[in-house]
Amino acid sequence: MSVTTYDAGVQEYRLTYWDPEYAPKDTDLLACFKITPQEGVSREEAAAAVCAESSTGTWTTVWTDLLTDLDHYKGRAYAIEDVPGDTTCFYAFVAYPLDLFEEGSVVNVLTSLAGNVFGFKAIRALRLEDLRFPLHYVLGCGGPPNGMGVERDKLNKYGRPLLGCTIKPKLGLSAKNYGRAVYECLRGGLDFTKDDENVNSQPFMRWRQRFEFVADAVKSAEAETGERKGHYLNVTAPTVEEMYKRAEFAKQLNMPIIMHDFLTAGFTAHTSLANWCRENGMLLHVHRALHAVLDRSRYHGIHFRVLTKCLRLSGGDHLHSGTVVGKLEGDREATLGWIDLMRESFVPENRARGIFFDQDFGHMPGLFPVASGGIHVWHVPTLVSIFGVDAVMQFGGGTLGHPWGNAAGGAANRVAVEACVQALNEGRDVAREGTEILNAAAEHSPELGAAMETWKEIKFEFDTVDKLDAAVG
Amino acid sequence: MDMAIQPYGSRNGEPASKKCGTFSYLPEMDASAIRKQVDCAVGRGWNCAIEHVEPYRANEHYWYMWKLPLFGERDVNVIMNELAECRNACPDDHIRIIGYDNNRQTQGLSMVVYHGRE
Repeated sequence: MSVTTYDAGVQEYRLTYWDPEYAPKDTDLLACFKITPQEGVSREEAAAAVCAESSTGTWTTVWTDLLTDLDHYKGRAYAIEDVPGDTTCFYAFVAYPLDLFEEGSVVNVLTSLAGNVFGFKAIRALRLEDLRFPLHYVLGCGGPPNGMGVERDKLNKYGRPLLGCTIKPKLGLSAKNYGRAVYECLRGGLDFTKDDENVNSQPFMRWRQRFEFVADAVKSAEAETGERKGHYLNVTAPTVEEMYKRAEFAKQLNMPIIMHDFLTAGFTAHTSLANWCRENGMLLHVHRALHAVLDRSRYHGIHFRVLTKCLRLSGGDHLHSGTVVGKLEGDREATLGWIDLMRESFVPENRARGIFFDQDFGHMPGLFPVASGGIHVWHVPTLVSIFGVDAVMQFGGGTLGHPWGNAAGGAANRVAVEACVQALNEGRDVAREGTEILNAAAEHSPELGAAMETWKEIKFEFDTVDKLDAAVG
Repeated sequence: MDMAIQPYGSRNGEPASKKCGTFSYLPEMDASAIRKQVDCAVGRGWNCAIEHVEPYRANEHYWYMWKLPLFGERDVNVIMNELAECRNACPDDHIRIIGYDNNRQTQGLSMVVYHGRE
């Protein structure tokens, strides 16, 4: 033990928690924080303070420190790096011994690493940029209830992106009118429709009526097309008891998939629901309301890649990823980084994509990224070239806004995607030849032709607020 | 183009409204287009397999295997010939070609290349 006598008082954090000689162990949980310190606080002291406050330390020495082996339990700030092009902040790397965390609990990890430390006075702003979960920890978590491979097998859909549509208007439809919109989308060729995240169980459409009419719509569309269909029935609820009740009813109706908002509901509820899905053979679509509150600022909060890793461990078969091209924020390289974190079993460090650590997921299945937010047929070639085939393309207005209705809109989406995948498999440059590919496909599909005509002027080209640091310079 | 609203022509119980997986919303592929997809599967190191089924059972997971998957077959001509042979033997069946990706244990490719008569 390094301390043998009790010496009351306040000492600098760095005496205990800054250890540049430390070589992280395979079993350590590693974190990269972006720290903006208060003026006059050295980088080493700020890094050590963040490390201390997120592991064993408090502001003053306490005699009970001597009852344990602090060298075994304490975190260690082991490296500091410049943020490219920004002198107001720096990266601090911290290693935490695995014993600090309850097995299988992303709740516990976030409570420590993204807890009180974020309000700490010695720092002006703090962002959790990345986490490396040791494989030992990963394999103690449930992970995706099914995973991409099992989902494809269950739904019998291979070699192409899956296609969905979020039903709009997002609030205010009656259950029966809502079911009509679902049926039309699915009969037109989409694989899924989706409850908007705000749709829970409001007075205009209680959840039970919605589930019943939607189940009817799904079954009719399956009978008509001969293909397997689903609707992400939102079971996000005010209490976990109510959440389970809704999930059970979806199962009773033989529906293949339900959905949940993991951040607003919380990781405890979410992990329990993922476990329920695993036990009950149910697919789980995960929405991410609240994420931009946490991840959009470049200086403070939690990066989405951290939320992505936590969700993969907690459990989900689909997770919204942003589109790069649609109406919502999302830098291309950063997005490629976090969709790797959803799908791959091993993701190597890659600073160009904002990945600070190697991350090994072992045998944990991958999940589908969901490209959602303001996309339509003209985006499809770019989306196929960015995401490849292992993704869900989630339309909304891009299906429902078709001048001939939802079925035609769904068919237009499906034709566009299949034409692009066919071209991709033929070795063509789909992004570059996108217009040509879509024009050729539209010759056989008036639905696609009408969609292309409708949206030919719509683009979303605002600059991204949260740029990768290397790209700011 | 003519933007006047058109009805979406699909009906329950009508064979033409039944879809059969990936590429079933595109016009039926000719031999050279099918060949390009098979080329892709072979090029990615997948093992091709041929399956067929009576159209009324198209929605079931398990179709009849035509012989065994063509493990290790890199010659696209051999695969195309097997397709033709399967079609001769089962002219009324749907026939699909699959590219098994054994590393990821999924089907990288699965497309119906001939539609049988209902």
